[in-house]
Amino acid sequence: MADLILSDGASGAICPLLKTGPAMTALSPAIEQFEINYAAARKSALRTSRLSIILFAACFLGASWIGGFFDMTDVTLPDGTRVSMWKIWAGLPRLGEYLYKTLPVLHWETLGTDIANWFWRWKVWLELLIETILIAYMATFLGVIGAFLLSFPASRNLAPKNFVLNATRRYLEIVRTVPELVWALIFVFCFGVGPLAGVLAIGLHATGALGKLYSEANENADMRQVEGIKASGGSWFDQVRYGIVPQVVPNIISYTLLRFEINVRASSIIGFVGAGGLGQEIRVAMSLQEYTDLSALFLIIFVTVILIDTISEKVRHRIIGLTGQGV
Amino acid sequence: MLVVEQLSKVFGDLTAVDGVSLAIPKGQMVGVIGRSGAGKSTLLRMINRLTDPTRGSIDNEGQDVTALKGHDLRLWRASCAMIFQQFNLIDRMDVLTNVMVGRIAHTGFARSMLRSFTDQDRVRAIQALDRLDLVPQALQRAGTLSGGQQQRVAIAKALVQNPSIMLADEPIASLDPANAVRVMEALRSINRTDGLTVLVNLHTLDTARSYCDRIVAMKDGRVHFDGAPRALTTEKVRAIYGTDDLSDEINEAVTSTSLQTGSCRPQRQAVGT
Repeated sequence: MADLILSDGASGAICPLLKTGPAMTALSPAIEQFEINYAAARKSALRTSRLSIILFAACFLGASWIGGFFDMTDVTLPDGTRVSMWKIWAGLPRLGEYLYKTLPVLHWETLGTDIANWFWRWKVWLELLIETILIAYMATFLGVIGAFLLSFPASRNLAPKNFVLNATRRYLEIVRTVPELVWALIFVFCFGVGPLAGVLAIGLHATGALGKLYSEANENADMRQVEGIKASGGSWFDQVRYGIVPQVVPNIISYTLLRFEINVRASSIIGFVGAGGLGQEIRVAMSLQEYTDLSALFLIIFVTVILIDTISEKVRHRIIGLTGQGV
Repeated sequence: MLVVEQLSKVFGDLTAVDGVSLAIPKGQMVGVIGRSGAGKSTLLRMINRLTDPTRGSIDNEGQDVTALKGHDLRLWRASCAMIFQQFNLIDRMDVLTNVMVGRIAHTGFARSMLRSFTDQDRVRAIQALDRLDLVPQALQRAGTLSGGQQQRVAIAKALVQNPSIMLADEPIASLDPANAVRVMEALRSINRTDGLTVLVNLHTLDTARSYCDRIVAMKDGRVHFDGAPRALTTEKVRAIYGTDDLSDEINEAVTSTSLQTGSCRPQRQAVGT
């Protein structure tokens, strides 16, 4: 009897099989009650999922309506007639057109010189690429320090007082809500054009973003280990140092490396507002309509991000895989 | 002498511990028994001040424990070492560091943050580990050890705290019988040779009987029995554990941790847990 229920339970069809079988009379009242409850629970689960699908679809349609997905636009066809067209449909070819313009002209016979022409400003770009990576590195470094220190008072399970929790959380929210570009504008105004403004802008934003992630890792930590330190007479700092930090170090490392990748992308953009890095070249190329420069710059950033991605993954696995000491 | 006077703890509507008064002379080994939720853990946690009492007072050798704050409170916690059911070790750190953490109350801020314990602390830690036969595991991560080993690491950590009282909150509830015996033997040896007061919460009656000088039984937050193990009769046990069917005998061997009494006898009335 027990085997029967178990095997049927796996396929989710307890009821029909039992009803047809001779075991029907042997059903205990508890099982009958279970069948009723089970059917009710299934019904309510189905209703909930149906409702959520409808709600989700409504939100999606509403958002795309506001976002202009259903807008129409007038287009002149090759034969001169003007028709009204769905905007996305009309705009798609232009995307291809833009991308096509950025492609360099390369010939097999003159490949060397063609590539040299494509990357004609490579000396400047290389210098700026190094600057971009250094901005990201410095900004990540500053962000990690700020976020690490603030993540403990910003964790609900660790904050010594409620107002400390709220104050640090609000601070982290403010610094991450303001985008890097806006911080960069402010810091360019304060400290002038150059990488210093970029480092501060990205570092501040990274503090907010990382602080949030770190504090969530802290909140998921096993509090029994903290209690073990507390029971031995450890102060709040001891409890954090020995009870929390060893548990969250793998998370901190992986979040930090991920943030470094994000910061490399961010630091290649903030040059738009004069805060250093490759961004200024992108801006110049765009405004002078030097399309092939754009593709060259894109390729440089793309390769850099892939490299950093690969290396950071290797580093992360090595650090997490280390056995023995912990941190 | 540890004196607990009218100690109570209220969690919302629930009175976990209700006016408990106990006087425990130095060097006694006391077993606290009772059903789950009887308030045993809360009582121990209040003595260590992990939980603040709602009412009542705790007094140790003339020191008012309930009034302690800040550094004094931390020194008190160090001087009444606590051992937990789930060991509560730092899983990702090595055993030696885990034991040295027992010195944390006497370690300065900078040394503690940099994990740089003194050589003296290191010596103490190794000696404590040697006493519990754990020196070969000293550099392993604590999380990789077996349950029994982890509990002995916790005892070593408690020892380096140089405590006058040792509190153990169901130290053997997550262990197999062989390891349970080792842990209980270690606690008894600490009690006998070092003269420490030991307060141990236990699930198993016969363990309490065979290891403790005195048994305190709790029910619904109150002390229902307090005396020598011999005085704990079957009627009293039945009253404490509140057997539904009074004709059933409580079989102490069912929940036994000892190897001799043999817990393999098939018995259905496992009420003692």
